[in-house]
Amino acid sequence: MKDLGRMNNPYSDDKVLDACSLFGVMDTTGRRFSGKEVVRAIANMHVRGNGLGGGFAIYGLYPQYADHYAFHIMYLSQEGKSEVEAFLKRRFRLLHAEEVPTRPIPAIVYPPLVWRYFLEVDSQECDGQSQDDYVVDRVMEINTGVKDAFVFSSGKNMAVFKGVGYPEEIAEYFCLEQYEGYLWTAHGRFPTNTPGWWGGAHPFNILDWTVVHNGEISSYGINRRYLEQFGYHCTMQTDTEVVAYAIDLLMRKHGLPIEIVAKILAPPFWSDIERRPPSEQALLLALRQVYGSLLLNGPFTVIIAHHGEMIGFTDRIRLRPLTVGVKGPVLYLSSEESAIRLVCPDLERAWIPMGGEPIVGSLHRPLVPREMAIAGGTASDAD
Amino acid sequence: MKTYLPPKFFVDRDPNRCIQCRVCVNQCTFDAHRYDAEDDEVRSHEENCVGCHRCVLFCPTHALTIRRNPLDYRENYNWRPEVIEDIIKQAETGGVLLTGMGNDKGYRIYWDHLVLNASQVTNPSIDPLREPMELTTYLGRKPDRVEVEQGSPSLKTELAPQVKIEVPVMFAAMSYGAVSINVHESLARAAAEAGTLWNTGEGGLHPKLYKYGDNTIVQVASGRFGVHPEYLDVARVIEIKIGQGAKPGIGGHLPGEKVSAEVSMTRMIPKGTDALSPAPQHDIYSIEDLAQLVYALKEATNYTKPVAVKIAAVHNSAAIASGMVRAGADIIVLDGLRGATGAAPKIIRDNVGIPIEMALASVDTRLRQEGIRSQASVVISGGIRNSGDVAKAIALGADAVYIGTAALVALGCTLCQQCHTGKCAWGICTTDLALTKRVNPDIGTRRLANLLRGWSLELKDILGGMGINALESLRGNRLHLRGVGLTDTELEILGVEMAGN
Ligand code: SF4
Ligand code: SF4
Repeated sequence: MKDLGRMNNPYSDDKVLDACSLFGVMDTTGRRFSGKEVVRAIANMHVRGNGLGGGFAIYGLYPQYADHYAFHIMYLSQEGKSEVEAFLKRRFRLLHAEEVPTRPIPAIVYPPLVWRYFLEVDSQECDGQSQDDYVVDRVMEINTGVKDAFVFSSGKNMAVFKGVGYPEEIAEYFCLEQYEGYLWTAHGRFPTNTPGWWGGAHPFNILDWTVVHNGEISSYGINRRYLEQFGYHCTMQTDTEVVAYAIDLLMRKHGLPIEIVAKILAPPFWSDIERRPPSEQALLLALRQVYGSLLLNGPFTVIIAHHGEMIGFTDRIRLRPLTVGVKGPVLYLSSEESAIRLVCPDLERAWIPMGGEPIVGSLHRPLVPREMAIAGGTASDAD
Repeated sequence: MKTYLPPKFFVDRDPNRCIQCRVCVNQCTFDAHRYDAEDDEVRSHEENCVGCHRCVLFCPTHALTIRRNPLDYRENYNWRPEVIEDIIKQAETGGVLLTGMGNDKGYRIYWDHLVLNASQVTNPSIDPLREPMELTTYLGRKPDRVEVEQGSPSLKTELAPQVKIEVPVMFAAMSYGAVSINVHESLARAAAEAGTLWNTGEGGLHPKLYKYGDNTIVQVASGRFGVHPEYLDVARVIEIKIGQGAKPGIGGHLPGEKVSAEVSMTRMIPKGTDALSPAPQHDIYSIEDLAQLVYALKEATNYTKPVAVKIAAVHNSAAIASGMVRAGADIIVLDGLRGATGAAPKIIRDNVGIPIEMALASVDTRLRQEGIRSQASVVISGGIRNSGDVAKAIALGADAVYIGTAALVALGCTLCQQCHTGKCAWGICTTDLALTKRVNPDIGTRRLANLLRGWSLELKDILGGMGINALESLRGNRLHLRGVGLTDTELEILGVEMAGN
């Protein structure tokens, strides 16, 4: 267990191939709730995974440290830990550090040591860079430079918990029943060419962005080469990493809203574009012309989240499943409808979106009760 | 002087089948058949036969077989028959040996050492008969990012002109004069039908073809033949020709005999005069001169159309291509070692330039390293034979390919390499009015459009098999390629893994 980056893809295949279960739930009023039901839902899709990876992302998790970067770091050795801690003290103001509470269970074997740190960036240190860019660079530095250490969560007031095991086992191991958040995503993994590595489980995270992903991206080769031009280096050889970097480039660096980003990653067909009104047509045309290399081709479903927003969509011809459910202000996204129905038997609506159609839950535009949605036409984003 | 050149081919005429109809005598433009009226028998001048197989196809009783003269000299790998005969020719003429078509030597064809991928189990292949499959490609300079107006998202970024092609295959530059007007018309109409582009070459555009302007790339080459405002205005794309794969660094020579009244009008030169294209463009001695011409053409056309720059693939293509992008080229055209010609010195055709696969791989890689790949489209040409080659070229990084030879083969060409003689028996590479009738533009259009249709269907099958439904996901996606029988260095330049890896 030396080079963490390589362990994800020990045979150096083009990329990691996997299939998975996804679940996401968000209360668009921002009300925080416990993860018990999330764990029940993802556990209901047990057979979609093979026990080689499970994980959760929780938003609104650390209100007491809401303005601090929360780093979750896994260590394979004490030396790794001392080295990283010295580094953190050098480059950040460290407010609090503690081991992430766990409970030993038989299913989880050889877990790494997992610690969390609440950090503040000294604006003098940034040297003109934004705090976010500064944090990204430090995360990359640790992940590529320090042996035996891996930062797998680095956002504010949110965190990722993940590891090798079925998601319900990971939840039990990390005592997730103790936590509350207003947005949860969950993932159960079925990799076909990796022995399973803790850092390789989903969600993937950078800053407060997380991605859970089911699928295999056949355009991976060009997506990766395109991102390399912008300084992103896909060290883990997974297509999920490509999704995460693409989102970072498009949303954070190019400042595009998430609805537009979905139109880049899963664009409409040329023939559909031709049927749109002129101004929309011009936009969609330009997006495909310019960002064609970021089109994600091949079967996939993703749920992407950051503070205040959760978005799910499939590839353009929906080769992997996605079901949407709505109950009051709560939006559910899941690989299987059964998982939603299990935890919310009295759903108001459930439907399967069109291929490539983004389903967005947002704190800025909370879902309204059904009667109002109908009266108000398109008041709901989830329509 | 008695020639020491043996006939290259034998003409076998089956006397039981031959009915003395003299079709072969009329069809052969090289005078290899003759009718002996006295004996009422058709006979052969075998030393004239170039092996074009025109007579074989047209003989109504299939009485003819063209056989290669075995020329069983004592074996000598160094002194092969071709080498011996070239020396004999020069000893007898004292001149530069001319030839037509592309390099026919055994340089490694890398397409044949690259194999494509397909989906199995972990992702589904896509059936192009049931699902949409997109080959649409836009050529032209693209910005690094798109900006949108906040609020109601609408486009803020203004894009440079983009040209849409429905299939990533275009017809390569072949000038009027080198090929006949009927060939030009067939290419233009087929391009229009298939939603792609054809290229005038450097001999201007005949006014009767202006109506296909939306599918036309007009060339501006060193001789500036036929270049005038209307020619530029009518075109979709303007291409500056610096070089050509068949003869890098060499100019062109259209002999006066081929400069008929129509050719003279189109090229804007006196009838019957030789049309000489200088080796370099005499206003381009360096990269900044190229930038001036690029922008002169953009100014002249009010920035409404992309400007392409075509070079022969040579040793430093990557660095040159990078310079071309920086000089304002919106499309870069690379013409490889096997690119063809209407006439070139044989020694140049056979020995100068590099394989297009290597040039493409290194140019695409370099432009990406420099972060300027999106600023220009990359188009390649030179020996593309089928849709498999096209798919591999796209995966190596090309935006589209040009086909020249393959298009002529669709029109009948059998690669007899006599293009420079003006006697093309298939009526392609000639301006002889009697011969040009051998290409009927209606039929020519059909044959070319059929070829493009066939290739598009095959490309869709290839994409679907990979589980990809848009060509842009294959473009530059070298993970879908593997090498077979290549050295580490070759794999490294191609940016491709060995099969099995
Ligand atoms: S040159 Fe062509 S047409 Fe003439 S005899 Fe030979 S094959 Fe036949
Ligand atoms: S174009 Fe004509 S002369 Fe040239 S190779 Fe083809 S058939 Fe022969």
